[in-house]
Amino acid sequence: MTLSSILIQLLNGLAAASSLFLVSAGLSLIFGVTRIVNFAHGSLYMLGLYGAYSLIELFGRTPLGFWSAVVLAALAVGLVGVLIELAVLRRIYRAPELFQLLATFAIVLIIKDIALFTWGAEDLVGPRAPGLSMAVEILGKRVPAYDLLLIVIGPLVLAAIWLLLTRTRWGALVRAATQDREMVGALGVDQAKLFTSVFFVGAVLAGLGGALQIPREPANLELDLAVIADAFVVTVVGGLGSIGGAFLAAVIIGVAKAFCIGIGSVTWFGVEISFSKLTLVVEFLIMALVLVVRPYGLLGKPQAAQRVAAEPAPPFTVPSWTFALVWLALLIVVPWVTDRYAAILLTDIVCFALFSVSLHFIMGPAGMVSFGHAAYFGIGAYAAGLLLKRVGLPMEAALLIAPLVAGAFAIVYGWFCVRLSGVYLAMLTLAFAQISWSIVFQWDSVTGGSNGVFGVWPSPWLADKTVYYYLALTLCGAGIAFLWRVMFSPFGYALRAGRDSPLRAEAIGIDLRRFQWAAFVLVGALAGLAGAVYAFSKGSISPSTISIAQSTDGLVMVLLGGVETLTGPVVGAAIFTWLRDVVARNTEFWRAVIGLVILLIVLLFPQGLVGGLKALAMRWRERHA
Amino acid sequence: MLTRNRLLAGTAALVAASLATLGLAGPAAAQAPIKIGEMNSYKVFPAFLEPYKKGIELAVEEVNAAGGVLGRKIEVVSRDDNGNPGDAVRVAEELLSREGAAFLIGTFPSNVGLAVADFAKQRKVLFIAAEPLTDKIVWDSGNAYTYRLRTSTYMQTAMLIPDAAKLKKKRWAIVYPNYEYGQSATAAFKKLLKEKQPDVEFVIEQAPPLGKIDAGAVAQALADAKPDAIFSSLFGPDLAKFVREGQQRGLFKGVEVFNLLAGEPEYLDPLKEEAPEGWYVTGYPWSEIKTPEHTKFLNAYQAKFKDYPRLGSVVGYATVMSAAEAIKKAGSLDQEKLLAAMSGLTLMTPFGMIQYRPIDHQSTMGAYVGRIGVKDGKGVMKDWRFVDGKDALPSDAEVQKMRPKN
Repeated sequence: MTLSSILIQLLNGLAAASSLFLVSAGLSLIFGVTRIVNFAHGSLYMLGLYGAYSLIELFGRTPLGFWSAVVLAALAVGLVGVLIELAVLRRIYRAPELFQLLATFAIVLIIKDIALFTWGAEDLVGPRAPGLSMAVEILGKRVPAYDLLLIVIGPLVLAAIWLLLTRTRWGALVRAATQDREMVGALGVDQAKLFTSVFFVGAVLAGLGGALQIPREPANLELDLAVIADAFVVTVVGGLGSIGGAFLAAVIIGVAKAFCIGIGSVTWFGVEISFSKLTLVVEFLIMALVLVVRPYGLLGKPQAAQRVAAEPAPPFTVPSWTFALVWLALLIVVPWVTDRYAAILLTDIVCFALFSVSLHFIMGPAGMVSFGHAAYFGIGAYAAGLLLKRVGLPMEAALLIAPLVAGAFAIVYGWFCVRLSGVYLAMLTLAFAQISWSIVFQWDSVTGGSNGVFGVWPSPWLADKTVYYYLALTLCGAGIAFLWRVMFSPFGYALRAGRDSPLRAEAIGIDLRRFQWAAFVLVGALAGLAGAVYAFSKGSISPSTISIAQSTDGLVMVLLGGVETLTGPVVGAAIFTWLRDVVARNTEFWRAVIGLVILLIVLLFPQGLVGGLKALAMRWRERHA
Repeated sequence: MLTRNRLLAGTAALVAASLATLGLAGPAAAQAPIKIGEMNSYKVFPAFLEPYKKGIELAVEEVNAAGGVLGRKIEVVSRDDNGNPGDAVRVAEELLSREGAAFLIGTFPSNVGLAVADFAKQRKVLFIAAEPLTDKIVWDSGNAYTYRLRTSTYMQTAMLIPDAAKLKKKRWAIVYPNYEYGQSATAAFKKLLKEKQPDVEFVIEQAPPLGKIDAGAVAQALADAKPDAIFSSLFGPDLAKFVREGQQRGLFKGVEVFNLLAGEPEYLDPLKEEAPEGWYVTGYPWSEIKTPEHTKFLNAYQAKFKDYPRLGSVVGYATVMSAAEAIKKAGSLDQEKLLAAMSGLTLMTPFGMIQYRPIDHQSTMGAYVGRIGVKDGKGVMKDWRFVDGKDALPSDAEVQKMRPKN
């Protein structure tokens, strides 16, 4: 790279950083005050783009039309944010931690289908900014004038937010609530109003970030998920709740990407390294690196201990033997009384049940949320497939060794993860999952790259789908039973002690980190078992088994069923898989329907399905006692 | 305790009962329509697949209006595979065992197409892959049960080679979406051009992630390499961003650009008046094709949907027509007979006669090659010509070397 191209790539990186910063700043504000991991933030960004496109078409392609469209679109998105907060989130602030994530996931699905319905499937390429459509010559290279404007807008918005936060009463309240939400409430501040206003500002920033992209990015339906992961990364790298940190992180990531592209391919010691391909994962590499060195992000502070975030999680109740046997009998009988497909759907369900129970084990009793649990599921699946196809092991051996491989990866990943806590830990798990995903995705000669591995079929004696279902039921059922048993072993109690009071746990001599590490390895291996069983039921494996979508599905299953119950994750896995199968078959806008169903469950049962049903049963019993 | 157990057991029984009713839903009567199982990633690639679905509907209507096949009507049962091979295999199984589909058609992304192809082999059932472009589905990973309609990555790349070689440009830059389709297009292009023009030099390769191109930085990096020509396989939002940034930064000035697929209405139309003039592309100039078979299709399509067809429409239409012809020729729904019928099957499509080649199960469906122009504020293809698919395939010996014997 020559000096001039370095400078130009720097400008490119800064322009990209600006919009990244706007989205992340909103996310960071909302998280800081409400502790909500707003999965729908990317959807708000997408709405900003679509909204600006339509308004510009309406107002005409004049400078006035363009800029009023951008501003109005951002404000309109702000109102959507308010609507989401009032209609959904306000009702579930008291729910267990992260439950709100489920609600925002449902909103993502609904907004996506609304956008498809409203704007159609074709990409919408907006106009260039009127008056700024030309390029400026810098060092003999042409840079779009609009990019230069974006580079200025980023710091301006940063300054505006900073003034708002430090010079106004509202800002003081926001900072106070970020530090100690309960105290702010105790001092008589109307929290509901504060939350709504924070949501409005956060959503406006997301909408603005989207609307400003009109000249650079066609409005399309993939934007929501494309942006949300990046925004989370920026927020976490910068340090949660730190706006300055978000800016710094956005700049680092934006510039790093531009330089990866600028450097292109280089040959070091005869090995060609493509930095251009590295753009697939560079933000996650940076995040992993930052979190390992600085556990609270670049400018973040340790999260203030919340006094009583919610009721402490109730103790788990063990399902009775009769209950377990009735269900087991049902699961064994179903393939006999229904058709072949029932066994296939049930095979999916038992795989996902073990996957979600293993995630629940680490989220619930161990108190460590994982956003990247698919890593172990996917590694298990790939290990099974590669041991069969590349190493030539018999299928049975591959199936049993695969969980060990997944566990081995969990040893490495877990060692780093247990050094963090809260959302930082969750994001580090995501970083490892994404790094694993990108390696699988790129390593064509071994993993089959983006296509995956084919011909991963079980041995002839297991070829029959019903027989395979019984195998899956046995293995996954044993895995679930084992995890449940461990929960009530001294090991499980120690983990729960660590979750409820790390200080006291250490005081009585529990080496918490080692216990947590061991928990990581245990659930990693069992998620790997679920993945291996899944792989052989499908005959093929693709990188989507390690994707963010797979990890999110796991979270949705656990939360849907209820974190605070033992059977919740199983029920959640069953309902979610079954729902997708039935709804996708019968409706065109199936995503929105699933979103609405989840939203309904969220609002009716803020403790998840099983938690809610238990509460209902309890009330009924009291009335009839 | 007992009460709770009873409650939960009751729920369980209810679930089981509903599962049972779902499972036992009616076996097909003798004169019921022939069901063809179709799956695709409708929600992941809606821009291509909404027109595709319309093409399917039109074909089904025409086949049934003409009396159906084997004296029965046909019905295409569609499922959304969510763009995920695992889901695709599940719905494929559902289509076969619950819906009683005679065989399978459809799919869009390479990984889903390949997964279903492998499933078809395992399940010993015919699969006509509609859209996946991957070369592997008929070559490296080809199998006896899988046929593919669409003009493949290799074929479309090969169609551009004569023009590319004619220009005698020495320094080539390459940009492609970083997954199977972009990788194979790039590999095929480099190999084929090098054969024709041994002194060619590939000065830079950029592989942005699909759907997430940093277009400004990529355009700048390409410009810095000072290429004489560019080969791109971008499409969708990536293409639109690349075009705009490239134009603003003067990347395309004095540089010839070749872009697979960019002439397809799905990807060309969103660009409107910014469509990059002079680019060499493969695509579908629907308004200018005057062959009788295409005119008939175009008129029927516009009459039914009050919209013009996209390439997806042609693919959907031709897939169902292939399926119907295969059943007709086989004279039964027996898998062995269907497979025998597919081998060498010829039929008329809106793009003319095609044949499913016995040697590798690839159809000879062709594509239109031309250059992009702008007319009335819209991108169009000009100076286009139709290239028959059979002229863009490697020699039989090469194909046999790649394809496993089975």
